Amino acid sequence: MAIVRDVLDDGLSGLEYNFLTSRIENLVKWSRSRSSWPATFGLACCAIEMMGTGAANYDLARFGMEVFRASPRQADIMIVAGRVSQKMAPVMRQVYDQMMEPKWVISMGVCASSGGMFNNYAIVQGVDQIIPVDVYAPGCPPTPETLIYAIETLHQLIEDGEIMHRRGASGAGANVHITEIPAGAISTPVIIGTR
Amino acid sequence: MSSDLIAATAEGAQEMRSRSNLSAKEVLREVGSVLRMTESEAAALSSIDGEANEDQTMIINMGPQHPSTHGVLRIMLELQGEKVLRCKPIIGYLHTGMEKTGEQLTYMQGGTNVTRMDYVSPLNNELVFSLAVEKLLGIDGDIPERAVWMRMLLSELNRMSSHLLFLATNGMDLGSSSMMIYGWREREQVLRFFQKVTGLRMNHNFIRPGGVAADLPAGWRDDVLAILEDLPARLTEYDVLMTNQPIFRERLQGVGVITAQEAVALGASGPIMRSTGLAWDLRRDMPYLKYEEVDFDVIVGSYGDAFDRYAIRLNEIRESMKIVYQILEKMPKGNYRIQDKKVTPPPRARINESMEALIHHFKIFTEGFKVPAGEVYVAIESPRGEIGCYIVSDGSPKPYRIHVRAPSFANIQTLPHMMRNGLVADAVAVISSIDPVLGEVDR
Amino acid sequence: MSDIESGNPIVETRLYGCVVSDSFGQVVLHPSRDAYITTLKQLIDDSYLLCTDLTAVDFLTFGGGEGKSLAQRELPVGIQPERFEVVLNLISLENRTRIRVRVQVPENEPVLPTAFDLFPGSEAMEREVFDMFGISFTGHPDPSRILMPEDWEGHPLRKDFAVGRIPVQFKGAPS
Repeated sequence: MAIVRDVLDDGLSGLEYNFLTSRIENLVKWSRSRSSWPATFGLACCAIEMMGTGAANYDLARFGMEVFRASPRQADIMIVAGRVSQKMAPVMRQVYDQMMEPKWVISMGVCASSGGMFNNYAIVQGVDQIIPVDVYAPGCPPTPETLIYAIETLHQLIEDGEIMHRRGASGAGANVHITEIPAGAISTPVIIGTR
Repeated sequence: MSSDLIAATAEGAQEMRSRSNLSAKEVLREVGSVLRMTESEAAALSSIDGEANEDQTMIINMGPQHPSTHGVLRIMLELQGEKVLRCKPIIGYLHTGMEKTGEQLTYMQGGTNVTRMDYVSPLNNELVFSLAVEKLLGIDGDIPERAVWMRMLLSELNRMSSHLLFLATNGMDLGSSSMMIYGWREREQVLRFFQKVTGLRMNHNFIRPGGVAADLPAGWRDDVLAILEDLPARLTEYDVLMTNQPIFRERLQGVGVITAQEAVALGASGPIMRSTGLAWDLRRDMPYLKYEEVDFDVIVGSYGDAFDRYAIRLNEIRESMKIVYQILEKMPKGNYRIQDKKVTPPPRARINESMEALIHHFKIFTEGFKVPAGEVYVAIESPRGEIGCYIVSDGSPKPYRIHVRAPSFANIQTLPHMMRNGLVADAVAVISSIDPVLGEVDR
Repeated sequence: MSDIESGNPIVETRLYGCVVSDSFGQVVLHPSRDAYITTLKQLIDDSYLLCTDLTAVDFLTFGGGEGKSLAQRELPVGIQPERFEVVLNLISLENRTRIRVRVQVPENEPVLPTAFDLFPGSEAMEREVFDMFGISFTGHPDPSRILMPEDWEGHPLRKDFAVGRIPVQFKGAPS
């Protein structure tokens, strides 16, 4: 009973670590990493390479990413593939918020990671200004091998539990702290950086 | 928090307003203008579209994040049941400020910027930019033969890979996910060839003002022949899988019809204009490079519907193959870039030997070469239509104003006319038949 | 009127009632703002039915920065240079020719009549010019921004609008 109460309260991290629960935890992490489905968030040129990675030659399905789910509610990973413009930024945040926990983000390409070659008024200089990113994949566009390496890195991090530890300690990925805005309050800007 | 986001993603006047808010001018725009009607005629026509009162119609929003909108295109549809009454595309979700960035880059770096506009056929963007710069420099008659034929080879291979991507995404949008896999299978072969020649699979920055960046590697003929050998059998496979299949035909025939007059009035070029019966192809009507010396047909449709556009693109792959065979025969030997010291960097080995070569190399790569003042507009036929580059130069090493006339920007204007009185289930087929690339729409 | 098509050298410097110049073999017309629509109508009658491009140029810093006069631009005699210029490219499908139209638009009154009634395909292009340069088109059915978000302030492609670079810091560089 106590075990059930702990799980109901705190989820998996509520379980006291012992021989039995460690097996369950490993099983859960293993299955999460082996079957993470990406949300379609292809924006620009990187989307073409992402589609190529999903096609027969490079085949993402063998890594467990069987289908690209269109609905963010059913997706685990958001691969931000392409440059994020000023108009697209709130849309991207909305899609990210709609994803269910646990969720991870791969920032594919240099435009998503840092603004890329477009250091100007129109492009958000790195999606980590808006959403927390777990893995950055450089390249313009990254070749399918690079993207697969990034995905495998993410899978390894999920399987080790690294990501959950890091999030618990320092707050979601790339140190982005979003303060809860109570309903009805005037919107305050997002604070970026360490608390 | 969510209500803030809803407020943040609303685009105000850019969205579609409901029918009761329409002024006569808007009705004219949406219905009658392309037919050059008067306002009263257009108003009469729009009310025939079903005497729907306000509460029977529904405005829905499709995108910008949607698996079938070919990128971040947002479409607002007003539906009466399943019928689409009006449609408004909202763009700008991929606006990158490329024209502003282009003013900060030298002419040699400009190719890296321009190539990311139409990212499905990047070599065509570079080609039109290079042709425009060469015209301004006055060297457009002096480009070596080999460079010209290499450009043609790469441009035609890029047309093939772009149309293969169209076949893949069109098939998938209509439900055939195996077509997606097949289309990419062929495209990978072409991309591998590009990687061998240019070093990159996409966004190559290979066609530069003055010629191309490097010579063709040894064994390139065998690689091209290998691609061309496999393709005809595969294209026949696609004919069996899609063209002759009754379901596919039912889904595309009669869907998204556009007349020749509408296409010309809206500025829609490329396969859209050719599907209406107008045989306008810049490669044949306003030839550039050496297209007068190769023999090819211009594929023309008759009904202006989505099936015609699909068939045109499929057969254009065959025509491009014909052209590539002729290029293989005619490829001359020679330099791959113009030997003008002011424009082309010297070979790397010479930098150690000659002071002048070192200075030229330094000047070209840091400051850039100066282009005489003037303005020029050059256009070529990209897989989507007429892509043009308008450059205004003031004598400095960076363009004063660079504007790229993107074919998809004009083609998207045909969406409301194609979708009117169609079914909402056909909306995806119509968008896919236009084959837009949002990178060049938004630039 | 059809000197261009018949290949005879242009004796007069006026075509369709406008001053003419040449740009690498392409004819360029320079109508005034008042004569703009009538010129376009004449061009339509002369089979220039396809409007491929409508864009604008901001000549504020032409010739290298403020302080240099606009007189450095090469314009035909009789055309008063203004800060903005709207450029149209038209194609005649019958004759397989192109023609360009350049209209000067002053800075204090950046307004031009719309070409939408004549070329419906210019609708999105005029919206882009409005969004990027701030030039308004009277009679346009939908004068809203097209590329930037609705609440954006400023017109990005004007020369006095900064690129918006953020300074890039490299690891270990003295800040």
